[in-house]
Amino acid sequence: MQLALSKDDTDFREEMRAFFTEKVASEIRDAVRAGHHLTKAQIVEAQQTLNAAGLAVPSWPAAWGGRDWTPLQRHIWQQEMELACVPPPLAFNTGMIGPVIAHFGSEEMKQRFLPPTANLDIWWAQGFSEPDAGSDLASLKTRAVRDGDDWVIDGQKTWTTLGQHADWIFVLCRTDPDAPKKQQGISMILVPIETEGVTVRPIKLIDGGKEVNEVWFESVRVPGDLLVGEENQGWTMAKFLLGNERVGVAPVGQTKRRLATLKEHAREVGLLDDAVLASRIAELENDLLALELTALRVVASSSEGKPHPASSVLKLQGTVLQQAVTELLVDVAGPLALASGAGEDSEVPDWARVSAPLYLNYRKASIYGGSNEIQRQIIAGSILGL
Amino acid sequence: MDFTLDSEQKALRDAVRSLFSSFDNEQRRAVVAEDPGFSEEQWGRMAEMGLLGLPYAEADGGMGAGPVELSLVAEELGRVVAPEPYVETVVLAGGLVAALGTAEQKQDVLGAISAGERVVAAALLEPATRWDLAADGVVEKDGTLTGTKEPVLVGGRADQLVVSARVDDGLGFFLVSPGEGVTVTSYATFDGGRAARVVLDGAPAQRLGDGSVDPHAALARVVAAAKIAYCHEALGLMESALRRTTEYLTQRKQFGVTLNRFQALTFRAADMYTSVELTRSIVEWASMVLADAGSTPEQVTEAARRAKLQVSKAGRHVGQEAIQLHGGIAMTDEYAVGHMTARLTAIDHLLGDGREQSRHLVASLGDHEVLDPLR
Repeated sequence: MQLALSKDDTDFREEMRAFFTEKVASEIRDAVRAGHHLTKAQIVEAQQTLNAAGLAVPSWPAAWGGRDWTPLQRHIWQQEMELACVPPPLAFNTGMIGPVIAHFGSEEMKQRFLPPTANLDIWWAQGFSEPDAGSDLASLKTRAVRDGDDWVIDGQKTWTTLGQHADWIFVLCRTDPDAPKKQQGISMILVPIETEGVTVRPIKLIDGGKEVNEVWFESVRVPGDLLVGEENQGWTMAKFLLGNERVGVAPVGQTKRRLATLKEHAREVGLLDDAVLASRIAELENDLLALELTALRVVASSSEGKPHPASSVLKLQGTVLQQAVTELLVDVAGPLALASGAGEDSEVPDWARVSAPLYLNYRKASIYGGSNEIQRQIIAGSILGL
Repeated sequence: MDFTLDSEQKALRDAVRSLFSSFDNEQRRAVVAEDPGFSEEQWGRMAEMGLLGLPYAEADGGMGAGPVELSLVAEELGRVVAPEPYVETVVLAGGLVAALGTAEQKQDVLGAISAGERVVAAALLEPATRWDLAADGVVEKDGTLTGTKEPVLVGGRADQLVVSARVDDGLGFFLVSPGEGVTVTSYATFDGGRAARVVLDGAPAQRLGDGSVDPHAALARVVAAAKIAYCHEALGLMESALRRTTEYLTQRKQFGVTLNRFQALTFRAADMYTSVELTRSIVEWASMVLADAGSTPEQVTEAARRAKLQVSKAGRHVGQEAIQLHGGIAMTDEYAVGHMTARLTAIDHLLGDGREQSRHLVASLGDHEVLDPLR
């Protein structure tokens, strides 16, 4: 048991903090701090700034830009990035398809895709969920059929986050409808979004934004070499992709940042002296501390390869607190939150105007990436043996 | 930052676990039914193993171990709902002597505690107060104390009391032995323990220390250490309550199937697990803050408050759900789970409940932008 960071880790932390606060454009960080949606150009610029410094894909293999960091260092990297309001590298690129290609792809595929994926020269979208395959992802129906050397894809994907910006989409397709188990007949195929037959249609959400999309595939023909790894290996990749990142499952830094901002606003409007609200904030801070320490416990002991069982609570509690803080910000804004449609000339402060859309937007957090019910199922089944 | 135990710490934990390996609820019921509410034999074995002198200096008859070692003992005691008054005697009463006592007092009292020769109780609470340990109801005059302390945990069995009292210059602590001017009335507490009303009427008292140590600072440190130790005991209790619950869910049949076939129940068990893991993280951290020589007194006090707040919330959650998921059986005296919940409830209300911790944390809310556990 040891409280203090080692000298190396302290230095590492200082290095990260300095980079994130000094090298990433302040307009981008201000936009994140204010809770605004970023433009595509801003997200690309931020990631390219990180990538130029070797900080975009630390958990990739070293040959492809990864860093030989400890889990604790990767944790510190993420925390400092979030605390500095630096937008994290695009998850679809750096946390999902990048690691999958690095692990399962051919040498040729790696050379073709990994550098532009790390640098966000290619923007990837995730083609997983379907109208009838949400939490039960393995029941997906989008078909891919061999035709000569090509694949021909038909079907529909949905909830494709930021698909409107995408250059490519990685698609889980059913390639063997007769496989004995539905998980066995699935493959991962890469598709240029401009291919004929691909239609992307934005879905307007309850916050008024258009963050997600439906994507249709109608006789979409792509070359055979865009299959990742082996045919019918897609489920293994999906599990790898959703489970390979034990570090950074809970956005503790981001939620801490938001709670700090909330305190500032509560002080501005005189609510920090409100006993009920203040105790709510104090308890949230404590809950967040317990979560952060759990994340640290997991990273500080995950060296033996097997994931620490407590890592399963990180997604669950991480989203609970993400949502609690966004909810509380609306309470601080009160009726001012209704000025959500007012423009920049409004006398209502910006944070109050974005608070309700932000709150509504974050209801997504307990649904995506394995809903909180799926997380409870995993805890009950895999850990408690129920 | 490192949350792992070293091999000596693991060996200590295993030794304590093995000392209590055969202790079950049936034995517990027999022990708590009779005064003093714990097993003198087991207390003696704990002394032989060095557990009762664990945190004290070797010169005072102790083992010179730190808060982490102590936390392992408390956790194992919690795991089996052991009724031995470990935190009360070793951490709280002995802790005050260690913090305030003269060299002679420390050797005498701590040596006797370590050897299992003397049970010492801390008489801090008064009927008219709740969390304030400032001691207004007992007053010192000419080397004697007058006033009432209640509830005094293990007061009925205690060979010696550490009593807080108002003195001319503020707060003082005194050693008092049962006898002349001391009337002790012992009774059972809802968690199977014992407490007492201690009425002092011109009781001869020996002031602890020579006045060179700030009594408020000493009290704050000892209370923080005791809170953290209680938090570890609670953690052991919660882990046991969860384990018993999951075992029950896989064994008990209703409607022709085992209870773990009902998702409404398994999800609630999953939430209990989440509560327990979050609690372990913050409680272990608090022990590390206490153990770290670089921690300021304010940091130690705050860490103890934070751990206690989490334990209050999680203890209620896990304790209540453990009973509910079992059903009627957990309401019975002969089943262990209800006793775990009772003990969790007692710990919750000792040295400040969650609301009380929260009240203090609110006061410092504006002092920091974000909380940062890394140093």
